[in-house]
Amino acid sequence: MSDQTPGHTPERPDAGEEQSVAATPPGETGGPTVREQERPGVLQQILGGSALMSVLAVVLALFIGGLLIAFADEDTREAATYFFARPLDTISAGWTAMAEAYVAMFRGSVFDWQAATFAGAVKPLTESMVFAIPLILAGLGIAVGFRAGLFNIGAQGQIIVGAIVAAWLGFAFDLPPVIHLLVAILGGAIGGAVWGGIPGVLKARFGANEVIVTIMLNYIAVYLISYILKQPGFNPGRTGQRSPAVSPDATYPLLVPQWLWPDNGFRLHWGFVVAILATVFVWWLMERSTVGFQIRAVGANPAAARTAGMSVGRITVITMVVAGALAGLAATGQVLGTERSLTAGVAASFGFDAITVALLGRSRPWGTFFAGLLFGALKAGGFLMQSLTSTPIDIVLVVQSLIVLFIAAPPLVRTVFRLPDPDRRRRRKAGPGTTPQEATA
Amino acid sequence: MRRVLKLAAAGAAATLVLAACGEAPEDNDTNAGGGESAESTEEGDAAGGDAEDFKACMVSDSGGFDDQSFNQSGKEGLDAAAEELGVEPVEVESQADTDYATNVSNLVSQGCNITIGVGFLLEDAIQSAAEENPDTNFALIDSAFSDADFNPVELDNAKPILFNTAEASYLAGYLAAGMTESGTVATFGGLQIPSVAVFMDGFSDGVDKFNEDNGTDVNLLGWDKEAQEGAFSGDFENQSQGQTLTEQFISQGADIVMPVAGPVGLGAAAAASEADGVHIIWVDSDGYLTASEYSDLMLTSVLKQIGPAVETTVTEAVEGGFTNEPYVGTLENDGVGLAEYHDMAGDVEGTMVTGPDGEEVSLAEAVTMLEEMIVSGDITVDSPNSPQQ
Repeated sequence: MSDQTPGHTPERPDAGEEQSVAATPPGETGGPTVREQERPGVLQQILGGSALMSVLAVVLALFIGGLLIAFADEDTREAATYFFARPLDTISAGWTAMAEAYVAMFRGSVFDWQAATFAGAVKPLTESMVFAIPLILAGLGIAVGFRAGLFNIGAQGQIIVGAIVAAWLGFAFDLPPVIHLLVAILGGAIGGAVWGGIPGVLKARFGANEVIVTIMLNYIAVYLISYILKQPGFNPGRTGQRSPAVSPDATYPLLVPQWLWPDNGFRLHWGFVVAILATVFVWWLMERSTVGFQIRAVGANPAAARTAGMSVGRITVITMVVAGALAGLAATGQVLGTERSLTAGVAASFGFDAITVALLGRSRPWGTFFAGLLFGALKAGGFLMQSLTSTPIDIVLVVQSLIVLFIAAPPLVRTVFRLPDPDRRRRRKAGPGTTPQEATA
Repeated sequence: MRRVLKLAAAGAAATLVLAACGEAPEDNDTNAGGGESAESTEEGDAAGGDAEDFKACMVSDSGGFDDQSFNQSGKEGLDAAAEELGVEPVEVESQADTDYATNVSNLVSQGCNITIGVGFLLEDAIQSAAEENPDTNFALIDSAFSDADFNPVELDNAKPILFNTAEASYLAGYLAAGMTESGTVATFGGLQIPSVAVFMDGFSDGVDKFNEDNGTDVNLLGWDKEAQEGAFSGDFENQSQGQTLTEQFISQGADIVMPVAGPVGLGAAAAASEADGVHIIWVDSDGYLTASEYSDLMLTSVLKQIGPAVETTVTEAVEGGFTNEPYVGTLENDGVGLAEYHDMAGDVEGTMVTGPDGEEVSLAEAVTMLEEMIVSGDITVDSPNSPQQ
């Protein structure tokens, strides 16, 4: 316990280190303390950006994505071969390709004015919400980790384990209607919480780096699900890739039932309400509860939190368990909502997209909620964009990645839009008390 | 170094500028955007009649249309049909398993007359769409339909496109057993699903048949037909996994390997190219042509003619002859088969074996004989993974 591994993180809640940090005068602390302040610093710079920066990052990413759509368009490239002879051709072809693609994306994600019925016209919006459910829930989990200064890359694995447990409870048992659903949801959350708790405990007890542990646990979860899908209990009747269907008692009911609005064809289910409730819960947890205060304190400065008498290890474990439980809830949106059975690909890439969602939402509960909705809309809109305009679906991924890139580089966005640097202004005023994150929350 | 970079940059810039210096086409007036001119040529190609309003659509599985395997073959079939008939093809790639249902329902609401799902994994998406939209047609490659308890069902408006590849891989197994010098051959799959395991069943039976005819004891690694257990790389993407598996087989003495894992087979070929005298049997398409960087390693390929099957299905649908009767590719209807031996032809023809009739013949003749016996029904290739008819 007392011998230090070379890769240990400085905020390791080790009793010996606690004393040494408390006892060392500020002037004499060496490298570790510098790093200690630096790492949360980078994270906080990203998370502390204003809502305006998030919006501008999205706008900029959509613009560059549009340029790529134009370049990927065959007509545009054809016109570009005689660009100097008639430049307008290239520009107008590029503009057409870009406009068509984004119009299709809007029709596929918000409102389709060409649909035959009103239900058909608003269905895209409900689809965006369906895709947002796992993104919001897993994104909240990541966000809680970020606030505690933890890079939880393991949402993917936590979703997978949550999905295994929730699906198993859903198809293998026969319980009364409402109870069955609640048991399955709870099971999913617990499954995710256990998978999230492992790196938390390893970090708290042994100082294992949570980035490495969560990434490795993702791999374990991927192979675990493919092993489990081969077991007879999960795979009766054929050598397949799919478990039996979850019992109807254990699935989320549709949010807009057929008897209320016949033939609406919506897939939107009560998982969205769960996502809203989870957002409210995370807001309460982070902003109103003692635990949330401690999580934020540990995230802001673990050494100071330790000096103030908080158990950094306990908070690390609690944070990871909460993050894992939220990711497990994200899994229920899939196995008890849209897919209704367990497949190897049930988690898609929601666990990784969720990191982007949490970054875009600056780790604030409602920010994450709306970022999840935006990413759900990008996903839902991508389907129609691809089938209508044969724009490569990968563009959606490129736009998402560009958003992260711009979120991670606030000075770049400021330069593009010629915005002043808030840090410099603050430094000039030398106004105490307002940390970047408080000022913009 | 910096000068080299500068030169390279200048060269690239010059290329771009020169590429943009082409003549503008004269028949366009300046107001006409590129989009409009392309549209008009497309309409010009169309064959006219009803075909013009016909939309033939396809959804890939998460492998994408550039997988050098069955998604790609399916797309080529659809493109060929579209060109011939002048129908409008819509091709949609799925990025994850969770995309299938949305992609299929999107295509249906766009007015696709026939929607084709590529791969076993799209079964549920196609099936539920077919049940909800009884007036449009569907087809599914590589799987039949089944209900929640995994009992087979028939849908009036959905056609399964299946391949009894066991027949062709039976020939490949026989050929491999005849060609091996070490007395050990091997196979592995991507995922243990029926459309993959059926290859391995046939291969195993073919090896057994050769042993029976010739009194040899050629050993098969990687698949146990009785137990339905064997070696799988785990997906259809990770080539290094295929390379590792193949290296293990080679170290156990195998000198002919049949990877049934789409692009993962390229990893197997890479491992084979580093060893002496190891050959690959490719699957789905003719590997001599599609994986041409390894063409010297290709003994033959087990062909699965997805493209022509898709083309036929679309043609039937356009001409109003769509049926829900499953299409089953066999040796008899050329839906499956063995590719040419290409560079290996001399060796295959020069190897003398005891054929299925007990006479001394060349291996190439023995395989041809075997093929005729399967087509005529004298030999039936049984596999629990074969499509049920």
